[in-house]
Amino acid sequence: MTLVRATGVILSKELRTEFRSRELLVTTAVFVLIVVVLFSFTFNPTSSESRRFGPGLLWLAFLFAGSLMLQSSFLREQTNDTLAALRLAPIDPFSILAGKMAANFLFLLLVEVILLPVFAVLYNVAILPVLTPLLLVLTLGTIGLAATGTVFSAVAAQARLRELLLPLLLLPVLAPVLIASTEATIGILRDPPELSLVWLTFLACFDVVFLTAAWMVGEYLLEE
Amino acid sequence: MATEAQSQTASSAAISAPSIVLVFLLLAAASYGALIWAPTENTMGLVQRIFYFHVSSAWSGFVSFILVFIGSVAYLRTRALKWDWLSVASAEVGVAFFTIVLVTGPIWAKPVWGIWWTWDARLTSSFLLWVLFVSYLVLRTLVEEPERRALVSAVFGIFATLDIPLVYFSIWWFRTQHPQPVIGDGGKLDSRMGWVLLLCWAATLGVMTVLIRLRYRLEALRAELDSYRMEASRDA
Amino acid sequence: MRWSAVAPSNCCAIWSRAEPSRVSTSLASSPNGGPSGIPAGGLHIQFHEVEKRYGMRLALRGVTLSIAAGECVALVGHNGSGKTTLLKVAAQLTRPSRGKIAFQAGENSLSLEEVKSRVGMVGHHTLVYEELTAEENLIFFAKLFGLEDPAEKARQALQPVGLSGRATDLVRTFSRGMRQRLSIARALLASPGLLLLDEAGTGLDPEGQQWLGATIKRLRDSGCTILMSTHGRNETQGAVTRAIRLDGGKITHDSGAGGNPREILVMAAVRESGEEGAQ
Repeated sequence: MTLVRATGVILSKELRTEFRSRELLVTTAVFVLIVVVLFSFTFNPTSSESRRFGPGLLWLAFLFAGSLMLQSSFLREQTNDTLAALRLAPIDPFSILAGKMAANFLFLLLVEVILLPVFAVLYNVAILPVLTPLLLVLTLGTIGLAATGTVFSAVAAQARLRELLLPLLLLPVLAPVLIASTEATIGILRDPPELSLVWLTFLACFDVVFLTAAWMVGEYLLEE
Repeated sequence: MATEAQSQTASSAAISAPSIVLVFLLLAAASYGALIWAPTENTMGLVQRIFYFHVSSAWSGFVSFILVFIGSVAYLRTRALKWDWLSVASAEVGVAFFTIVLVTGPIWAKPVWGIWWTWDARLTSSFLLWVLFVSYLVLRTLVEEPERRALVSAVFGIFATLDIPLVYFSIWWFRTQHPQPVIGDGGKLDSRMGWVLLLCWAATLGVMTVLIRLRYRLEALRAELDSYRMEASRDA
Repeated sequence: MRWSAVAPSNCCAIWSRAEPSRVSTSLASSPNGGPSGIPAGGLHIQFHEVEKRYGMRLALRGVTLSIAAGECVALVGHNGSGKTTLLKVAAQLTRPSRGKIAFQAGENSLSLEEVKSRVGMVGHHTLVYEELTAEENLIFFAKLFGLEDPAEKARQALQPVGLSGRATDLVRTFSRGMRQRLSIARALLASPGLLLLDEAGTGLDPEGQQWLGATIKRLRDSGCTILMSTHGRNETQGAVTRAIRLDGGKITHDSGAGGNPREILVMAAVRESGEEGAQ
């Protein structure tokens, strides 16, 4: 079975599983909401201050939420040892990782898109006029988050203290994504909006580098 | 036999006396150069001399982290544990060097600029690198089985080292957009200063090599001990 | 080959609504075998000096073993003797620390990748997704194994295990025994040439165990190679052609390819009841 097809089969299984209960999506969305609200207490959300601090806090919220949500990627497979069932199948081991990466990307993006209007309202920023560039930044940043996070959740699944370990591993590595995404978002929310090609290209590079690294070494993490 | 090969590895990693003497001499020469021979800088005075160790520690830290990358890739390809020993040794030494960078930075900054820390590009990047490889070391303490630990560390090590240029670029570009007082620059370097800097770097590289070899040897000895234990249990 | 011995009809009634001939057809139905087109026949496995180390612990020590196509081998031994590890190595779930494993189908030796599509395993855990229905689980695995018409294959697989009536129920609602049956159905989906069973009878009630024994016999008769770890209980003894005892990761007794496995099985059963009595 080709890599792409196997990835597709696994992706649709992940989507079906999650959309049946929606527990992960709902919990993650609520967590991001809580973080966004709490952050708003730390400064006075006037329009200019919101535009300066808001995007950074939003991306921080996404990163924290992501590093908690990505845990379950592999933890779920441990209940009935279904990871073994996946590894028994005649598929490229990387497709297991790829399917989960794709699923995590979609879940995270969905949560982010849902929270965006909430952020806009709470922090008094207008997002509709700049929706497309915003979505572009969200997509590029989330690819990096999902790809790296899925690989590291496979790493953490083999260690103790995995709930603490995943954020510990993920957040430092994602610092460049935080910087780039925040700066790009601030630029987009400025008046007039600026689309920073440098930051966008940087995010794309980050994604390419880590997707390639995941492709080359990720499957070793699934071995026993 | 496995044990013979391993005891060979352990003993071949032993440090010879002449090389230790050499490193000592280098360090002595570098210290003399930095503290006495190099000209005093105009604006910052005596405290600027710390720059030689600050910068050369950072460069040697980089070299250590590159060794982590090499060890990680080599482990994944050969599955020979000695590459994992190299990785952990290099990571620890690299963290030690970057600790020096993070400590000497503020020591330099305070008398000159009056503040302990500024989030300038180099210091911030160094801090992040330090955190990154401390995470690497924490990860290692949380996995017990040696082969699994080696595998997992190798994957994370590769990701962490690939992140280094990305960290530097993103922080540097951020700083060019939002300028701030820069601690890292020593001002104009006159040629004598350049020579001293190179000498200091050679000295720190020497220290790095000695420390990595010592740490590598410790891992090799541990593995040898484990293999003896296992031989004993196999025959039981 | 006569198929009337599928199971005693009263037992069969609970477990399958299909007539025996239909059931047997679905199991022997693949003249073209798995996706590779090689005729479905048992696989021959060769373990050569296989050693598996977990940190300091040696789970398998220098195991050399050859299992011919069509053999039904029982692995006996205490917990921790290496049975599960041996099965995992055969399933390629774990790579040996030393030594090799090789597979053959008929005259052709198979690459390790090709073998994967011809192996079915039932492990300690159920290896099925709780959040999906029985049918969805089987369709998913059928797709991963590259089977044609996964929906039909899934439906067919549910019949012999008696789960057709619960096809659209979530596995979360299943009892232990039903999950085990689903797990077995999953292992049999791709008409494997090699079936690995790790204490597959656990969780099944006596009728279930009888059914399992009959299924194993039927599979063996159709040429499938079977390697199973058991506690030497009776339900599967009828089909066993060879018994191997493991202790501390080494093979201590082997009744051999043409030999009589009774003695080893009886010895194992006696040891077990001795242990149970002592407890």
